[in-house]
Amino acid sequence: MKAPSLHLNDVRKSFGATEIIRGVTLDIAAGERHALIGPNGAGKTTLFNLISGRFEVTSGTIRLDDTRIDTLPPHRINRLGLSRSFQITSIFHRLSVFENLRCSLLWSRGYRYSFWHSLGRQSALNEEAERLLEEINLAGRRDVQAGLLSYAEQRALEIGMTVAGGAAAILLDEPTAGMSNTETEQAIALIRRVTEGRTLLMVEHDMRVVFDLADTITVLVYGQVIASGSPVEIRASRAVQEAYLGAEAA
Amino acid sequence: MVVIGLVLPWLFRDYAHARDNGFMIAMFSQMGMMITFALSYNMLMGEAGLLSFCHAVFFGFGGYCVAHFLNAAGDGGFFLPLELLPLAAGLCGLGLAVVFGAMATKQRTTAFAMITFGIGELAVTAAIMFKHFFGGESGITTDRTNAWSLFGVNYGHGLQVYYLIIVWTLLAALGMYYLRGTPLGRMANACRDNYERAQFVGYDPRMVRFIQFALSGLFAGIAGGLYCITYEIVTYDAVAAPLSGNALLMAFIGGVGSFSGPVIGAILITALQSGLSLMSSSWIVYVGVLFIAMVTFAPTGITGILRAHTPIVRSGRLRALALPYARLLLPCLLVLAGFVGLVEMLSFATIGASEGKTLNLFGLTPDVYAVGPWLIAAAALLVGIAWLRLEARRFQAAWDAAMAGLAPVGGR
Repeated sequence: MKAPSLHLNDVRKSFGATEIIRGVTLDIAAGERHALIGPNGAGKTTLFNLISGRFEVTSGTIRLDDTRIDTLPPHRINRLGLSRSFQITSIFHRLSVFENLRCSLLWSRGYRYSFWHSLGRQSALNEEAERLLEEINLAGRRDVQAGLLSYAEQRALEIGMTVAGGAAAILLDEPTAGMSNTETEQAIALIRRVTEGRTLLMVEHDMRVVFDLADTITVLVYGQVIASGSPVEIRASRAVQEAYLGAEAA
Repeated sequence: MVVIGLVLPWLFRDYAHARDNGFMIAMFSQMGMMITFALSYNMLMGEAGLLSFCHAVFFGFGGYCVAHFLNAAGDGGFFLPLELLPLAAGLCGLGLAVVFGAMATKQRTTAFAMITFGIGELAVTAAIMFKHFFGGESGITTDRTNAWSLFGVNYGHGLQVYYLIIVWTLLAALGMYYLRGTPLGRMANACRDNYERAQFVGYDPRMVRFIQFALSGLFAGIAGGLYCITYEIVTYDAVAAPLSGNALLMAFIGGVGSFSGPVIGAILITALQSGLSLMSSSWIVYVGVLFIAMVTFAPTGITGILRAHTPIVRSGRLRALALPYARLLLPCLLVLAGFVGLVEMLSFATIGASEGKTLNLFGLTPDVYAVGPWLIAAAALLVGIAWLRLEARRFQAAWDAAMAGLAPVGGR
């Protein structure tokens, strides 16, 4: 697994007459932990939806290494090695925790649409799912229906599902939103552990998480990048302080 | 199940006259093909969350194809033995499901349901219009003894056909059970729960729906082949909406959340259709009301209700529910008696009387032109409902007490 770089070139997205993303150019280096911050309505989640193929771009290009992905459907982008989580937890709520992880592994392990393999007999696959279960600390909840997990557990499961397929580029949309302090700390440790050696782009509101995890921070305001740099640079940037950080950074 | 299936016809045999019970064998045969049909429907409904209104199209097409195969065999132009014809019917169902599936499975939810409804109507129209293949309104008749047999059986007797049905029902059920545990089967569940997440683990939900749809057509075709072999006639009814609706009815009443649900539903509905239709010409009203009652009060179906008891059974508290259940029985019977009374009297007053029949209701012969019987029936219904609501509240309390501290059962 070689971590890819991600390149956005003058990406624009309009919904009707309203332009939400107004020409974003952004380069994310291979293996970098990159945080995307900005006030509500800045277009962070929209940008995620464009990169992951959930929405089509109005204009501009998005490349994963050298491959253009802005014209591909989500599942094709995923197969190229880009995986994402959602702001609102997105899991298979009626399947067990274990099944959720196993389903997330299937495509990358080459099972495709097979209706001849019996899942119970795929020992390598099942061991891998068990190992993931340990990694996200949900081994004790293995057979629980995913929809019945606590909120923090569901978030952890979603992170596990996002990294399961071995994608080298990971997009996390507010992975710690709505968590308590302890849960946030555990989530940071988990993200740090599972994204080792991968390219990470995350939207996050919690500045502790951002400054703790990120190598580079990009600030998005009204669909445009107003600053991009190391945490130290962003903290010092006057434009960022005025536009967004305000009291928190002062 | 298998043993029961094998022994069943012999339990109803009239040994004194050395005659088999033809009615029962016909009913059990019908149950077998309906089990296959309902299970194949649940591959869409329960497993993939797809509400289809055209499932009978693949059933009927399988049947039509077998009718033509048998007729061709009569002319010496067909080589497969009768035992393998259901498989041929399945492949025909699969082929047609590939064509229609390519259209329908581009969509999901309501749009999918509407497309399948259109396909169903299209198929009926085609079956009436294209007389050459479908035989118009009179359908296609055939003779199953045209085909040769692998085992030298002539299939002149209903019992022989019944055993053929059992074997194929078993094979189809095993096949569909196996499919549930494959990557495709599990991803069908995943797409049902959250198609968007399925995309972000690398799967194209349309492709998952398409393959699942095509395979369900295979098994529906097998059921249709068995139908044709049994009745030796296939008409446009076999592709029409009421039969598709029947698949939904059987799967839903049995319970779409488990594998055994559609099996139980198919057995129950077939028994009602065969048994109830002998007792009352309004039987279809009762099946309809049963369906509405299930949708309203027990959307998880019969198996869902049974499964909800598992935690209580495990904790050994089931006995605490015995009395509350018993208390529900009387008001239930009262509601039933009142309702049946009203329906039967109404039916008799509008149709039955003109046919010169006499009304026999619970061993009584009420006069439908007097006010009294109507008042009694209505009173029984109303009092029964009020009483039932009261007991239902008590039952809920008893249920909550029994469930206290236990985790409810989840779906799969």
